[in-house]
Amino acid sequence: MATPGGLLAAFRHLDAATDAIDNLKKQGYEGFTVYSPAPIPQLANAIDHPNSPVRLWTLFGGLTGLATGFAMTMWMSYDYPVVVGGRPLGSVLPYVVIMFELTILFGALSTLAGLAFHAWRTNQRAPYDGRFSDDQIGIFIPCPVERRPAVEALLQEAGATEVKVETA
Amino acid sequence: MATTVEPDRQTATPTYADVTRDVAATLGNPSRGYFLLLGFIVTVLAIGVFSLLWQIRYGLGVAGYTPPIMWGVYITTFVFWVGIAHSGTLISAILFLFRSAWRTAVYRTAEAMTVFAVLTAGLFPLIHVGRLWYAYWLIPYPNQRQLWVNFKSPLVWDLFAISTYLTVSTCFLIVGMVPDIASLRDRATGWRRKLYTITSLSWRGTDQQWRHYTRAYLYLAALATPLVLSVHSVVSWDFAMGIVPGWHATIFAPYFVAGAIYSGVAMVVTLLVPLRRVFKVERYITVDHFENLAKLLLLTGMIVAYSYGIEYFMAWYSGNPFEQQSFWNRAFGDYWWATWTMLICNGMLPWLLWFRKIRRSIPALFVLSLFVNLGMWFERYVIIVVSLSHEFEPYAFGHYTPSWVEWGILAGSFAWFFMWFLLFAKNFPMVSIAEVKEILPFPRKKEAH
Repeated sequence: MATPGGLLAAFRHLDAATDAIDNLKKQGYEGFTVYSPAPIPQLANAIDHPNSPVRLWTLFGGLTGLATGFAMTMWMSYDYPVVVGGRPLGSVLPYVVIMFELTILFGALSTLAGLAFHAWRTNQRAPYDGRFSDDQIGIFIPCPVERRPAVEALLQEAGATEVKVETA
Repeated sequence: MATTVEPDRQTATPTYADVTRDVAATLGNPSRGYFLLLGFIVTVLAIGVFSLLWQIRYGLGVAGYTPPIMWGVYITTFVFWVGIAHSGTLISAILFLFRSAWRTAVYRTAEAMTVFAVLTAGLFPLIHVGRLWYAYWLIPYPNQRQLWVNFKSPLVWDLFAISTYLTVSTCFLIVGMVPDIASLRDRATGWRRKLYTITSLSWRGTDQQWRHYTRAYLYLAALATPLVLSVHSVVSWDFAMGIVPGWHATIFAPYFVAGAIYSGVAMVVTLLVPLRRVFKVERYITVDHFENLAKLLLLTGMIVAYSYGIEYFMAWYSGNPFEQQSFWNRAFGDYWWATWTMLICNGMLPWLLWFRKIRRSIPALFVLSLFVNLGMWFERYVIIVVSLSHEFEPYAFGHYTPSWVEWGILAGSFAWFFMWFLLFAKNFPMVSIAEVKEILPFPRKKEAH
């Protein structure tokens, strides 16, 4: 999939970037991409995404692990019975260790799968600049040619240090 | 005892660009000294591999096992390396949940140490069972023998605990590194650029990526926290489930977990002291970091010293003659030297950390960390070997002396651990770029005017 055309702005100051995001939202622009070298809470607040659904992956992964641990230990105990001192074959207490470990294992792997899935699903095809992994914040706004002067003025006014036109 | 306070070379707060540049500078071409050190380590590893091959060729008889002492250096070293791993997860996950900002500069080193320590620990149960080519029998898989593993056995618990710990720690390490590798990718040239392009997994630091990443990282930390407590508890139950005097105690799980974190923090100090000097990252890993690590050492050291006291108290208070003779034998029997090494290194020397000057003296901490590492290995040796040597019947008492094969494999395990650490340190960032930036203030317009 090709990257869309639009404007790519670089910011050296955090408040300049948050002002630009606020103004873009007020003007009704959507689908812009914000790059940052680290997770910055002020940026996340300005963008105001809903909570990530990755947490559900963790929950269901953990529960699946717990159920797997219980089912596996109980079924295998009865499938190949080792009777010791007449005690019950399916003794849950020692199996808690296995259930616990599988809860953690499945939960972690499922979290990882959730991260990969949602990062892929919300993949933002936008132009990129190496400075955004160093010390600058970037915003890419996909927009048609006729709207670019207005968006460029908005970005410059907020304090962008550079605004580049990116063609599709 | 050295009590000098080492001044920070650079005291100015670094900028975002400084962090990227300084951490990237640690990954330059290795020096001659690096290759010499790597060569030495690989030589020691070769000795370990030779010793292992010797044991495979001639059987477990070449180890020093003598009935009733059939657990020796291998299980001691297994517990030692699992313990070393624990402080990595403490620093990377538990302190993350507590929002402890100082961890950011040191957690990568600790987390890498965790992965390599578990990788090393996992080899020892296989070496110990002798016929390591049958180790896969521990895994519950459908087979023509039509039998399953015994889930009531602590050995099977170990398999699940250690393999889960290795998997989760590796995931945690890799996830934490992805944004840093992307940062290096944007600056690297040649083969390193290709390596970082592949390993950065197309990371670009977009708002959607950070949105999912920060949540996933939080939940991985939340999962790793109970895991780390469970793993050494499970390892302690390898012993506590047995009726051997000196093993069969309810205190074992918290005692082992505290000891594990204690030894792990000591190893973090041992690794960080040379690392910060060689990589010139004194600006990021400061004396304050070492003081915080020293406080952790002090806390866990006090718990360990208390546990030693409780063990002896319970042996006396229980009125059980088998327990009493076992602990008497520890302190004054054939292995008194091992017990007193453990008591002095773990129970007495850490009291020096009550003094601020020592907590802030990097040479003193380095020396102390070496003693703690030594003491913690001997702690496991005392628990395992000395307890087994004096069980119940005097006619069945025994004595064990490790053979050259066991010493060779022990030395090889250290080389195996340090080899991975050294290779990792020169190819991937040992200080987290994104997390150090996270605690630095991003410049604002108002400050610029």
